[in-house]
Parts: sequence; structure tokens; C-alpha cells
Amino acid sequence: MPEIEFRNVGYAVGGRQILCDISFSVEAGETLVLLGRSGSGKTTALRLINAMLLPASGELRVAGRPTTAHDRVALRRSIGYVIQDAGLFPHFTVARNVGLVPSLENWPREKVNARVAELLDRVGLPSQEFANRKPRELSGGQRQRVGVARALAADPRILLFDEPFGALDPVTRLDLQNEFLRLRDELRKTSVFVTHDVREAMRLATRIALLDQGRLAFLGTPAEFRRSDNPEAARFLEVLRPDGAAC
Amino acid sequence: MLSDVLQDLLEEGGELLVQHLVLVFVSMAIACAIGIPLGIAAAASPRTRRFALAFAGIGQTIPSLALFGFLIPIPFIGGIGEHTAILALVVYALLPVLRNTVTGILGVDAGVRDSAIAMGMTPRQVLRMVELPLAAPTILAGIRIATVTTIGTATIAAAIGAGGLGVFIFRGIASIDKLQILAGAIPAALLALIADAGLGALEKRWSVR
Ligand SMILES: Nc1ncnc2c1ncn2[C@@H]1O[C@H](COP(=O)(O)OP(=O)(O)OP(=O)(O)O)[C@@H](O)[C@H]1O
Ligand SMILES: [Mg+2]
Repeated sequence: MPEIEFRNVGYAVGGRQILCDISFSVEAGETLVLLGRSGSGKTTALRLINAMLLPASGELRVAGRPTTAHDRVALRRSIGYVIQDAGLFPHFTVARNVGLVPSLENWPREKVNARVAELLDRVGLPSQEFANRKPRELSGGQRQRVGVARALAADPRILLFDEPFGALDPVTRLDLQNEFLRLRDELRKTSVFVTHDVREAMRLATRIALLDQGRLAFLGTPAEFRRSDNPEAARFLEVLRPDGAAC
Repeated sequence: MLSDVLQDLLEEGGELLVQHLVLVFVSMAIACAIGIPLGIAAAASPRTRRFALAFAGIGQTIPSLALFGFLIPIPFIGGIGEHTAILALVVYALLPVLRNTVTGILGVDAGVRDSAIAMGMTPRQVLRMVELPLAAPTILAGIRIATVTTIGTATIAAAIGAGGLGVFIFRGIASIDKLQILAGAIPAALLALIADAGLGALEKRWSVR
């Protein structure tokens, strides 16, 4: 059974069709990258998965059940979510940010603390040094690491990423992408990763889903993507060519 | 002879000061008890927001002496005395508290609110753990503005027999006695300054958190 399944999903706001007849599934343990230009509907598709939005037509299944049939709060607590600039709570310490979902789930305090320390170490932020800082006392890259730790805290089956590394410099971005690959191999979570950066997509994806104006234009592995003759895929591939980088 | 006058002022002044403080405190407590929950509801719904802000705004535009005057002939809620004064003061204090509560909550970063919801907080938890703490300095700023204004406006309460430092001021005006006017005005001004500084310090402490 696929972990996430889009079945002819459509989404509209105010009569405007934003997603149209999207069908694909995400298998357990894979990293599906949602690639597309700005406004193509990537964030909308991602937010349908954790029931921040509900489909206008079709059905979206998580763990075999439509999102409309899940208890939304429980569903969201079982799905990690990382966004650009991390969306950390500025009035919480790093430790409290990371331990949030376990606390909401009423884990005993010692267990939360142990989990927070373990996760901070895991994402390369020694808890001794970072646990008691506020988010504004961190660099952008460090904040993003905290965001990842927070998403992992309650050991969710699924992780959603919305351009998490979008605001970082290229070198830090590369570091965090490598970190992502390492964590993925260690933890084997099902991930959906939104980006408009084709290089990032090629590096991280087990499969790429290309969105073009709310429609699924391509679905396949990075190697298949490279050979695709889809026109929108071709535009993205242009970026990868050495002369394409110049403009 | 001057010292006799001062002696009298001091004795009566203590009592009037306490009356004044009670007027301000009770009015502010009521304004907060209405304004903050109403502001929370208004932040959540554009329709409630339009109505609430419009009504509170209208209250604000009525000249204060006129409002006290209007309330006197109204049965039950009006009449001579403290409760009428408090009602009028609440009408004035409501808008800053309400408006700042709305502004503070709506001002919470969309990404922060979004991740709160995405992490599986219930609406109540989002409000209690994220929106209210982040809006607190703004709400407190509204309370501060309202308190300072109320301390001043409460002097007019004396006109409808509610007592307070305004008693000195009205008596001074009636008898063309500058000393009496100052005996009411100076403590009221000092009170406003102290409230402003105290609440300002609290506001600052909350915003650095
Ligand atoms: N609440 C909304 N009301 C109206 N239009 C919306 C709403 N949310 C999204 N849209 C529109 O839907 C389209 C897709 O938006 P979405 O945020 O999913 O794009 P995206 O692919 O994530 O873009 P980006 O890369 O810029 O983040 C856009 O044209 C956007 O203007
Ligand atoms: Mg987006």
C-alpha cells in the first residue's frame, strides 16, 4: 500500500482551478520531489497531504485512508513539516521548539528532553550549546537544522518539506542537502520535498513529479527526467546545461 | 493659612486619589475582560472584526463630557454615580485594547502560525501557545494607551458625582481657585506618567522574550 496516494485530485479557490486531476503515489521510504515553477501549485499539493487543505475533487489517501476521514490533528502530528525559514516559534527555545510535538502528545518530560538532545546532536547542533538558545540567536542554516529536528521529533512516518533550503547560500544549501541524504538513508522516512531548483530535485529525489500550471507534467526517476521530452521538463533541463547557467 | 488649605487638601486628596484609582482600575479590568476576548474573536473572523472595530470606534468619537451627560438619564445603566462613570470610561478604553489585540494576533508571522497548525496544534493551542504570547507586547501597548487616557478622562467623572481627583478640578474651576485645580491635575498627571512608565517597562520585558 502506498504511503500517500493522490487520486484524481483537484483543488480550486474562488472558482480558480489551482490543481487539476493529479494522480500519483508515494511509496514508503521514497523521496518524491515536487518540482515546478513558482505558482505551479507545489505548496498547495503539499498542504493537501497533511489536511491543511482538502481536495475539491478526487481523493487523497494517507496510510490508506482519505485525509477527510483522518482526525486532522492526529494526522498532522504524525507528519513532519519543514518550511522555508523553518517557521520556528520565536518565543520558544530551540529545545522547546524541537520538543513541541512530543509535548503536545504528553510524553513524560525526561523522555522529551532525551529525544531533543538526541535529535539536536543528530542534526549537528550539540545540545549543550544550542538547546537553550532562541531561534533569533541562530544562523539561517542552523535554524533550518532545528526545523528538521523538530519535524523528526515524534518519529513521524512522513516528512513534508516546502523549499526548506530556499533561503540559504549555495554552500550551506549543499551541506544541508547532504545532511538530508544521510538522514534519509539512516531513517528511511517517506518524504515529499517541494523545490523549484532542478539541481536540488536531481540530487535528492528518488522520483520527480513535475507540476506545470496545476497539472502533473511528468513523473519518474531523475534519470528518466533527464531523458524526458516533455516541454516543461525540457525548460528545467536547460537550466542544467552549462550554457544555460549563464542566463 | 496656606498650610491649613494644604492640610485639608492632603486629607481629602488621599480619599479622592483612592477613588480615582478604583475608577481607573475597575474600568480597565472591564475593558480588558471585554476587549481581549472580543479582539480574539475579531481576529478570527473578518465580519466580527468590521462590526467590533466600528462600534468601538463610534464610542471613541463621542466627546467625553457629552457621553457622561448622555448616560445620566438612562435608567438602570445610567444615573449619578460611579457605575455610570465606569461605563463611560470602559467605552473609551475599549477601542485601544480591542484594536491592539486584533493587530497583535493578525501580526503573527504567517509561517509561524502555519507551522503551528501543521504540527498538529488545536486552534485553542495555537491561540494559547503561539498567537497570544507573540501578540502580548502589542496587546499590552493597547492597555497602556487606554490606561493613560482613562486616568485623564476619569477626572471628568467628578461631574456626575463619581468622585476622584476631578473633584478638586471642578471645585477649583467653580471657585476660580488655581491651587485646587492643580491639586487635582498634578496627581492625575503623575499617575498617568507612572502608569505609562510601569506598563511600558512590562511591555519591553515581554517583547525581548
Ligand atoms: N488561498 C489562495 N487563494 C487564491 N489563490 C491561491 C491561494 N493559494 C494559492 N493560490 C494560487 O495558486 C497557485 C499555486 O500556488 P502555490 O503556492 O501552490 O504555488 P507554488 O508552486 O508553491 O509556488 P512557489 O514556488 O512560488 O511557492 C498560485 O497561482 C497562487 O496564486
Ligand atoms: Mg510554494
